[in-house]
Amino acid sequence: MTYQPQSDFGTPASRAQEDVTLTIDGRAVTVPSGTSVMRAAAEQGTAIPKLCATDSLASFGSCRLCLVEIDGRRGTPASCTTPVEPGMIVHTQTPHLQKLRKGVMELYISDHPLDCLTCAANGDCELQDQAGAVGLRDVRYEPKATHLGQAKDHSNPYFDFDPSKCIACSRCVRACDEVQGTLALTVQGRGFDSKISAGMASDNFLGSECVSCGACVQACPTATLVEKKVVEIGTPERAVVTTCAYCGVGCTFRAEMRGEQLVRMVPWKDGKANRGHSCVKGRFAWGYAQHQERILKPMIRSAISDPWREVSWDEAFAYAASELKRISAKYGRNALGGITSSRCTNEETFLVQKLIRAGFGNNNVDTCARVCHSPTGYGLKTTFGTSAGTQDFDSVEDTDVILVIGANPTDGHPVFASRMKRRLRQGAKLIVVDPRRTDLVRSPHIEAQHHLPLRPGTNVAVLTAMAHTIVTEGLVDEAFVRDRCDWDEFQDWAAFVSEERNSPETLEAITQVPAADLRAAARLYATGGNGAIYYGLGVTEHSQGSSTVMAIANLAMATGNVGRRGVGVNPLRGQNNVQGACDMGSFPHELPGYRHISDVATRELFEREWGVALDPEPGLRIPNMLDAATDGVFKAIYIQGEDILQSDPNTHHVAAGLEAMECVIVHDLFLNETANYAHIFLPGSTFLEKNGTFTNAERRIQPVRKVMSPLNGYEDWEVTQKLAQALGLDWGYTHPSQIMDEVARLTPSFAGVSFDRLDEEGSLQWPVNESAPNGSPIMHIDGFVRGKGKFVVTDYVPTDERTGPRFPLLLTTGRILSQYNVGAQTRRTENVVWHEEDVLEIHPVDAENRGVKSGDWVRLASRAGETTLRASVTDRVAPGVVYTTFHHPLTQANVVTTDYSDWATNCPEYKVTAVQITPSNGPTQWQEDYMDLQRRSRRIAPAAEAAE
Amino acid sequence: MTTIDNLVRMANQIATNLAYEGDPTAATAEHIQLFWDPRMKKLIFDHGDEGLSPVAAAAIAALKAAA
Repeated sequence: MTYQPQSDFGTPASRAQEDVTLTIDGRAVTVPSGTSVMRAAAEQGTAIPKLCATDSLASFGSCRLCLVEIDGRRGTPASCTTPVEPGMIVHTQTPHLQKLRKGVMELYISDHPLDCLTCAANGDCELQDQAGAVGLRDVRYEPKATHLGQAKDHSNPYFDFDPSKCIACSRCVRACDEVQGTLALTVQGRGFDSKISAGMASDNFLGSECVSCGACVQACPTATLVEKKVVEIGTPERAVVTTCAYCGVGCTFRAEMRGEQLVRMVPWKDGKANRGHSCVKGRFAWGYAQHQERILKPMIRSAISDPWREVSWDEAFAYAASELKRISAKYGRNALGGITSSRCTNEETFLVQKLIRAGFGNNNVDTCARVCHSPTGYGLKTTFGTSAGTQDFDSVEDTDVILVIGANPTDGHPVFASRMKRRLRQGAKLIVVDPRRTDLVRSPHIEAQHHLPLRPGTNVAVLTAMAHTIVTEGLVDEAFVRDRCDWDEFQDWAAFVSEERNSPETLEAITQVPAADLRAAARLYATGGNGAIYYGLGVTEHSQGSSTVMAIANLAMATGNVGRRGVGVNPLRGQNNVQGACDMGSFPHELPGYRHISDVATRELFEREWGVALDPEPGLRIPNMLDAATDGVFKAIYIQGEDILQSDPNTHHVAAGLEAMECVIVHDLFLNETANYAHIFLPGSTFLEKNGTFTNAERRIQPVRKVMSPLNGYEDWEVTQKLAQALGLDWGYTHPSQIMDEVARLTPSFAGVSFDRLDEEGSLQWPVNESAPNGSPIMHIDGFVRGKGKFVVTDYVPTDERTGPRFPLLLTTGRILSQYNVGAQTRRTENVVWHEEDVLEIHPVDAENRGVKSGDWVRLASRAGETTLRASVTDRVAPGVVYTTFHHPLTQANVVTTDYSDWATNCPEYKVTAVQITPSNGPTQWQEDYMDLQRRSRRIAPAAEAAE
Repeated sequence: MTTIDNLVRMANQIATNLAYEGDPTAATAEHIQLFWDPRMKKLIFDHGDEGLSPVAAAAIAALKAAA
């Protein structure tokens, strides 16, 4: 599309059901009651001049530019704060109004620099537009006291703050309050002295509590808050709507372009996942796409000790195919496998699993969901019948009690966290179950009614104790259970949880959660109205991850909190397309649509479409592949867009498995850590360089649109297709829409999905089929997908990972706002300014016992390995618990994590590792050796040497 | 940890967590049948009962007999 700013109706839409008809400038218009006169006019096509109003914020009524005349009313009310009334007759343009507006604008301009031609917002400035709209031709006032000439704040890496251009409309302050919910900005002073300030007057933006979500920049009507890229490049000339490639919220953005250069990413107001909001990653942290470390040419090497040799694409595909064929012939077809990427599109993951099943001839395909949400798939399919969450994000607007367990949404899923916080500020109650005092527990205008700081590894015990309270205190929604669930299974479950050994009082010794607090939280969830559970990897990454998911489902069913808005079970997915990767058949036991590979009818469907016989046996999961590699029977792997050396547990074991293989093909943007052990490197493309779809945590399928040519020459689906063709497969896709068409033909829940329909609708939530042609925002409304909801007895089983004298502390891991997963993308952006290195959080008591102060180097050791990093002493963690992130390869937190995993899915137990902390004076020998390996393995032979 | 040690631990974990199913042995056997690849099954079939819980051992014996 040619560049135009998004339409701005001035005030938010009303959700009222009743309509009101009024007359504006002689034309009748009908709008929902509660709509402002300004919005009604905008919907009619009449743009009333405005400055302090924007439709993402509640009306404010301060700029006095949007004045109108209304028959029968005195004065000139502000149209943004005046609601419509039946029969109202409004005049938006009269000589009197024109004079008033011109006078108001004259005052604004009298204290505004007249540097429009050199201003970054020239041509994209509301003040400039409105000056034109009101017909301002001169300014009569002599400049005396003004706000001109103030120092700019350049501290934020992504945007500048120029107070001289501020018109004190408060849109930035209100955006920070209403949209983001951080309340970092304020108006310091009064009257003429009013000045926007980030935090205290002495703070700059970087040093303040600002989280750089960009809401203030988006709201600013002038160049007061402006993206540095706009300053550097200029204003955009076109915009393309696409989907963010960071977390599972799946925000949609307008990629605003100048030629093939990305100027800025602006959250799309019509995006149904983000509703016009963004976080620091999606809004600003896309610089990695053009980072100098991107590898753009294919490379091969015979041995991992050799330097890389750049080759043509043809040579790379031919070499890869010959190696895969050689290994298959020598060791058998089961010696090959692959990993799909949750960062790639649905179409790309579909092709990788198809390549492995139809080309390699086995089912050795897995995905990073193995190490994050595989227990969600197992647990929700078992209990409800569908491997996905039950709600859309909008549902939280009707929630009365939010139960967050094992998730840190303000850091991991910040845009949804903002929507959650908005609901909490409106009065919803909050329960947080987490070993750490996350930001959500207490933040501006929000305080959890209950924070249950459980001991890591005791989720099942806590949930069972909550169930005990609900059942024994008569809080079960019996009508719901009798109608919707298997009553016999419920009775078995109710009898189990009612046993005294499952009471909060008995389990307190295990969970370390005070029984009275736990009972109060359970009562609130069961009786507080619409109860919704949101959970993350703090639930799944345990030896009982699947049991915990089922325990959550049990609680929701027992209290009738499934099947309508405001309730449900909501997994917060880690990566942008982890839901989609699972949907597309990335697990070794399931074909697309979660149908088991042993099901004859399903297998025959795919065999007919693909023209090959499929292996009816499940394949290897990632940890099983690595075991088989160290056993010498798994020899080749194709890894698209994953960095298992850094992301998967027990780094030493991962390295040993990769080193034992004869052909490791890494298909990625960068020479990642896994590529240290690779023989073939196929350059990948970013989300900006490809077409396709991502599916977010609410099952929402959204378009990914190519806004620039792939720097490496090919979109990722093309690379996989060329590899398949080199192996002799007869693939001829010319556009990813054809891949989605194939998915739709083969997968009932995607039957109604196509690129055309996605273009029409913007997005669709699966299932999309004959019975739900427009998708399914909320699941299980009239009944569970599996029929009757299944209660599963989830007995608490302690992990095998135990603390003891050698390893007395429990390590749990997570992520922070500015970084993403293994940091391959965010470490290559300015986001490092907020997180230069992984640090270890340790409680003051544990720190003092070890003589550790904040900033000290400490040695973090477990039974699996050891690393060093700096300490941060904080009571966010409980005594006995330490915490760190895994964003930096030279810390490699996963050197410390173990092989223990979820009983049902092998999802690693990242969240519980017994460790010891001791003071250290620098990196471990392993870290020194690793840095050397990393340096050696990234050598690229000079062209002359490569040619020899 | 060797692969077979790991498989033994996994089988025991499955049996323990399915202890409340109507027929824990059958449930354990079904789970292994549905989620383990043929090589993993063969390794545990060839391993014998050492280290396996009674339910896990019975499940594996049943699977082996049906294979």
